Amino acid sequence: MRCLTDSSKITTDIDSLRSEIRDKSVRVIDVRREDDYKQDHIPTAVNLPLATLLSDDSPENVLKLMNTMGIDSETSVVVYDDTFGALASRVAWTFEYLGHSDVTLLETTYSNWKSLELESDSKIPEIQHKEHTLNLQPNILATADYLQSAKERNDVILIDNRERLNFLEQHIPGAISLPYRTLATKDKILRPKDDMKRLLENRGITENSEIITYCGSVGTLSGLAYYALKSAGLPNTKLYVRSFKEWKNLQKPTEKQEDASYWDLSAE
Amino acid sequence: MTVSNLKQSRPDTAKPKINWSRVEEADNFAKTVKLFRQGKYDEASFRRFRLQHGAYGTRMTGDYAMVRIKIPAGEIYPNQLEKISQLSEQFSIGSAHFSTRENIQLHWVVLEDVSEIFRGLAEVGLTSREACGNTIRNVMCSPLSGVCPDEEFDSTPYALATARFFLRNPMVQNLPRKFKFNFTCCEKHGMVRMVDVGLIPQTREVDGNTQRGFKIFLGGGLGNKSFVGYQLEEFTPEEDLVYTSMAVLRIFDRLGDRKNMARNRMRYLVNDMGWEKFQNLVLKERAIVRATQSVITQLEVVHTPNEIKRPIRITDESGTSITDGYARWLKTNTVKQKQSNYRSIFITLEAGDITASQLNALADLIRDFSSEGKARFGFVQNVALRYVHEDDLPRLYSNLLESGLAKSGALTMTAPIGCSGTTSCNLALTNSHRLAKEIQRKLLELKFDEDDDLSDSSIKISGCPNSCGQHGIATIGFFGGGGRVGKDMYANYQMSLGGRSDGDTMLGLTCLRVPAKRVIPVILKIIELFKQNKKSDDTLQSWIHRVVNNNEDSEIKSINDIKKVLEPLTIPPTKEEDPDFYLDYGDDTSYHTKTGKGECAA
Repeated sequence: MRCLTDSSKITTDIDSLRSEIRDKSVRVIDVRREDDYKQDHIPTAVNLPLATLLSDDSPENVLKLMNTMGIDSETSVVVYDDTFGALASRVAWTFEYLGHSDVTLLETTYSNWKSLELESDSKIPEIQHKEHTLNLQPNILATADYLQSAKERNDVILIDNRERLNFLEQHIPGAISLPYRTLATKDKILRPKDDMKRLLENRGITENSEIITYCGSVGTLSGLAYYALKSAGLPNTKLYVRSFKEWKNLQKPTEKQEDASYWDLSAE
Repeated sequence: MTVSNLKQSRPDTAKPKINWSRVEEADNFAKTVKLFRQGKYDEASFRRFRLQHGAYGTRMTGDYAMVRIKIPAGEIYPNQLEKISQLSEQFSIGSAHFSTRENIQLHWVVLEDVSEIFRGLAEVGLTSREACGNTIRNVMCSPLSGVCPDEEFDSTPYALATARFFLRNPMVQNLPRKFKFNFTCCEKHGMVRMVDVGLIPQTREVDGNTQRGFKIFLGGGLGNKSFVGYQLEEFTPEEDLVYTSMAVLRIFDRLGDRKNMARNRMRYLVNDMGWEKFQNLVLKERAIVRATQSVITQLEVVHTPNEIKRPIRITDESGTSITDGYARWLKTNTVKQKQSNYRSIFITLEAGDITASQLNALADLIRDFSSEGKARFGFVQNVALRYVHEDDLPRLYSNLLESGLAKSGALTMTAPIGCSGTTSCNLALTNSHRLAKEIQRKLLELKFDEDDDLSDSSIKISGCPNSCGQHGIATIGFFGGGGRVGKDMYANYQMSLGGRSDGDTMLGLTCLRVPAKRVIPVILKIIELFKQNKKSDDTLQSWIHRVVNNNEDSEIKSINDIKKVLEPLTIPPTKEEDPDFYLDYGDDTSYHTKTGKGECAA
């Protein structure tokens, strides 16, 4: 029953997904590359490689993609990938932005699904075309212009989800560093809620703030962070989806950690 | 099939026996950071608290810390390495750094995340408590203790017991200054004369029974001013170990200088007082300590022998071909143990840096190859896998190659030490860290690791006059500073020659200043001079030893003669002639010295 859908639900656990697949009450989306998908995937899953989405992620085009995947406004969607949830997050966020609220992330990666010896197959499902309505949610999107003015406000926290060394080298002024690896545990794409909450509280990231996340280029790592924050009960979160790549191209100001040769400490 | 699917389940692996952690310290640390940020905790008290918990400051910023994780006696288990790997990706730079005192450090950690690291460490029984600050730092033990052919007995259980006795012990929470214990296996492999308390195991016969004990050295240490330690007495029986340690600490606590931070290590107290007086005080104090303990205080020395079990092969890989480089690696990275058919193999890391994925690989290698199921940190930013069966060596080598851990020359001069320098330290004047990496790459390219004449020598680099890089005991040692031509500055190193830390311990003698970008040519020139003038059975170390002691009869008779030959190499070019000369390694802006406040003495 739609009305009972818990809007705060971020991930779907393995057992729930398996029973939803049996009930045929879910549209599963595999965000890996087409070749990988063709080899095997979670039963009934359709393939939406992230590159396909990114080649044109205008609302009109994404809506078309959703229609061909048989998703209308009522469809329950679960997304997974094999890249610690970051690619799945970017897809889920895009659906949400278009006005599809019933979308969650599989709690684990496909590799882990396989290592648990859960079912998979190589069948490509037949999909019945559906019509999704467009209901844009601009409140979850941050553009460069929005970010520029918002970050001057005291109640806005800007979070950089790239690795620490990249952050030290260059970041958007005023951002704080929360590397994407911090968001996960060994076998789950997101930390348990209380764990995540404690970590964020230590960093002064609380529900009183508006939060904007960004990463290197296309909003994947920061997409995962977007869901990590929501899972910790911080709904007032926006994704700067064009991220640092656009910021630099627009020649907006950046900041760096001065007077230290930190790169030489890396063993890479 | 995915990778995880192919992984065979491993036989039961060794788990840490001692839990060094207290998870409540994580909560307490998080709370205290909040209070500090709210201005409810003054700067000086907070710094003391932070250091006591093993979080050191970072170069030019109050936002980041370095967390120094103690590995007591250098013993580390696979699950601990995996946890450190995970923490390095979550909260640090995706690499960790091996120190020269059997610590492993995570740098560039957000101060507010330090408590999360403590929490993670507690899951695997590790702590950073008392890794910094004025207390007893990590208790070291030789990586060969237990397998060294020259040792009287294994001192590892005593090192662990000492670490356990003093960790969080009220009597050492506020010493005048930091305090260090080093246990070793034998004269050759130790560093016992360059530390506050150095211990070599020895035995004696009493009424037909073998009695265990130690040779104890006191009052040595490396630093801005370094001293060689004195032997307390002929033989200290094992039951006196704890009383002697307590007596020394009580004297230091009572009489050590608490005002002059630059001169308050115990070695200054010993030096000011004179050895004989200090020695007398220790012996008297020990009698008092022994007599006044309300209960009999003894160390809990656990003598249960380690289980030695060669890991079971699940797959047959007998066809492993012997790769190029194997012989070179076998010669320069492994030593025979006293246990027949077993070797200890050493892994050298460039200036002690290791990636998160290499830490995971190391954990797997321990499980697959070490019959004791754990590894030992060494004294030179390295790590040893022991109890590797000789038949398994070729396969281990090819596994090491895959993980980028098979660099040869681990036990030779080609593996220099470099402290963290300007990559993260507040006090550093030069990028000693990168310089060490550059030297290692160059010397390996020249295959100097295969040269027997060079194997017992060492190169050690500190980024400032303090001795984290232990330059004072290096055959060729360097410490960083700034040089100047008119208005232009360049990174410059003071070079010393002839230092050593074995039975003939001495500090290197100052030779001359060498600009950073001339350090490699100068090292090569010294080797060339040695080759020209050596006697047939000389090593570089023995030759330099004769030169610095004025006992050499070739054309190079003194350190001054070496200096004369090297001087032309060190003359600064103008900035127009060679702009690169004025840049330190790893930096593309003009060199200038810049330091923040040190915390070694805080």
